[in-house]
Amino acid sequence: MGIRVKIEFLGGLDVISSGVREHKAVVPLEEGEATMKDLVEYVTHNIISDPKDIPVFIEDDTVRPGILVLINDTDWELEGQEEYVLESGDVFTFTSTLHGG
Amino acid sequence: MPEPKKIKVLALCELCHGRKAVMKRPKNLQKLCKECFYKVFETEIHNTITDAQLFQKGDKVAIGASGGKDSTVLASVLKLLNERYEYGLELVLLSIDEGIKGYRDDSLATVKRNQVQYQMPLEIISYKDLYNWSMDEIVSCAGIRSSCTYCGVLRRQALDRGAAKLGINHVVTGHNADDIAETVLMNILRGDTARLEKSTAILTQSSGSPIKRSKPFKYSYQKEIVLYAHYKKLDYFSTECTYAPEAFRGTARELLKSLESIRPSCIMDIIYSGELLVLAPKKKKTTRSYKNNKKISTGETEVNADGSVSLKRNEFKDGNTCEKCGYLSSNKICKACVLLAGLEMNRAKVSIEGNAAVDGAAKLGKTLEQLSF
Ligand SMILES: [Zn+2]
Ligand SMILES: [Zn+2]
Repeated sequence: MGIRVKIEFLGGLDVISSGVREHKAVVPLEEGEATMKDLVEYVTHNIISDPKDIPVFIEDDTVRPGILVLINDTDWELEGQEEYVLESGDVFTFTSTLHGG
Repeated sequence: MPEPKKIKVLALCELCHGRKAVMKRPKNLQKLCKECFYKVFETEIHNTITDAQLFQKGDKVAIGASGGKDSTVLASVLKLLNERYEYGLELVLLSIDEGIKGYRDDSLATVKRNQVQYQMPLEIISYKDLYNWSMDEIVSCAGIRSSCTYCGVLRRQALDRGAAKLGINHVVTGHNADDIAETVLMNILRGDTARLEKSTAILTQSSGSPIKRSKPFKYSYQKEIVLYAHYKKLDYFSTECTYAPEAFRGTARELLKSLESIRPSCIMDIIYSGELLVLAPKKKKTTRSYKNNKKISTGETEVNADGSVSLKRNEFKDGNTCEKCGYLSSNKICKACVLLAGLEMNRAKVSIEGNAAVDGAAKLGKTLEQLSF
C-alpha cells in the first residue's frame, strides 16, 4: 500500500521545506490510481513546513509558473503534466527558476 | 496476477529521432533529448555571439560572476565555445562582494569553486574596499526599501572598476531572455521609453565609461539555462538575496511567468516588440519636427536590426571625471558618490544614537525605517 517516491526541491525552492532538499515519501494511494495532481497535493499538505509558503509552490491549483518540474529527470510537459500516473520509485524534481540569477 | 503494466509511449527527440526526448523547448515547443538540447542551446549562443560580433580574437573578457545559475552557465558555455570555435578569448571571472552576510559569503564560495572548475582567474571587488560601505551597513542606514537602487548603482561601478583594474574593457553578464523581456515590460508599464532602447540592446556602453557590457544569453530562456545547469550538474548557488527585489520588478516577473505558461513564445515576442519600438524613431531621423524645431536626440549609439549596438571605439562624449572619486562620469559628481554622500550624513546620525552592530542589518534597517515615519 502506498507509492514510494523521492521528491526534490532545488534552485532555492528548499526554503518551503525547512531547507531540506531531498524527501523520501510514501504517497498513501494505490499505484495506478494516483496522478501527479495527487502528488502536488501531497507535497502541499505533507512537505511544505509553513502553510504561508504554499503560494510559493501553488498558484491556481497547479504548480506555480516559474517552477520547473521534472519527472525522473524528464520535463513534465512531456509526461502529461498533472495527468502523469505515479509509479513506485519515481523521482520528482521541483526547481525554482526565479531564485537568484 | 496483476494487470499488465501499460506500456508508456516515449516521446522521441525531434532532431535525432533516436534518443528519448527529455525536454520541451519553450521557444518552439520542440522535444529534444539531452545531447541535442546541449547542442542546440550552445549553438544558439554561438550564433548570437557571432551575429552581434561581440568578440574579437585576443579580447580579454570579464564574466560578471555571482555564483548564481545564469553566470555559472555563462562561464561554462563561454569556456566551451571559446575552445570549440577558437574565439581566442582570455576569460576572467569578476565577482562583486556586496557585503551581505549569509548571502554573498556562500555565493562567493561557489565562485571560488567555479574558478577551479573552469580554470579561470578570479577577481573579487568588494563594496567595503571600494566605497567603505558594505551593503549590510547601507541597509542599516538607508533602510531596506531602496537597497536595490543602491546596490544597482554601486555594482555597475564596481564591475567597471574591477574590469579596469584587470585591464579589461568588456564585461559579459548572465542576463537572459526572461530578464530582458521583464525589463522591457517594466519600462513599458512605467512609460520609460527612454530606457527601452538600452533594455533590448545586446551590447551597451554608457557615455563616459570605457567598459562595454554584453549579454550573450539575450535569446536564451531561463528555463533552458536552469535545465542546462541541472543536466550538466553545474555547481551553482541559489539563495535569494536577503534584501528582496523591488516590488514592481517582482510583480512584473510573476506576470511574465504567468503569460509564459499560457504562451511560451511570449518572452521572445516581448523582446521582439521592444526591439521594434526602439527602431521606430530611427526611421524618422531625417524628418524634421516642425512643431518646435527641436532636433530629436537619438543618442550616440546606433542600433542594428537585431537590437545590438554598433560602437565606435574610444569615442566618449566627455572625458569628465567625478570630482570626488576621480571615476569617469558625465556629471561633476558620479552617481555612486552622490548616494554615498547621502549615506555619510545618515551614518553620522546613527553613530550618535549609539553604536549598533550592523551585521545582518535588515533588522536594524527596519527599525530605522519605522523611526523615520
Ligand atoms: Zn536528439
Ligand atoms: Zn565618484
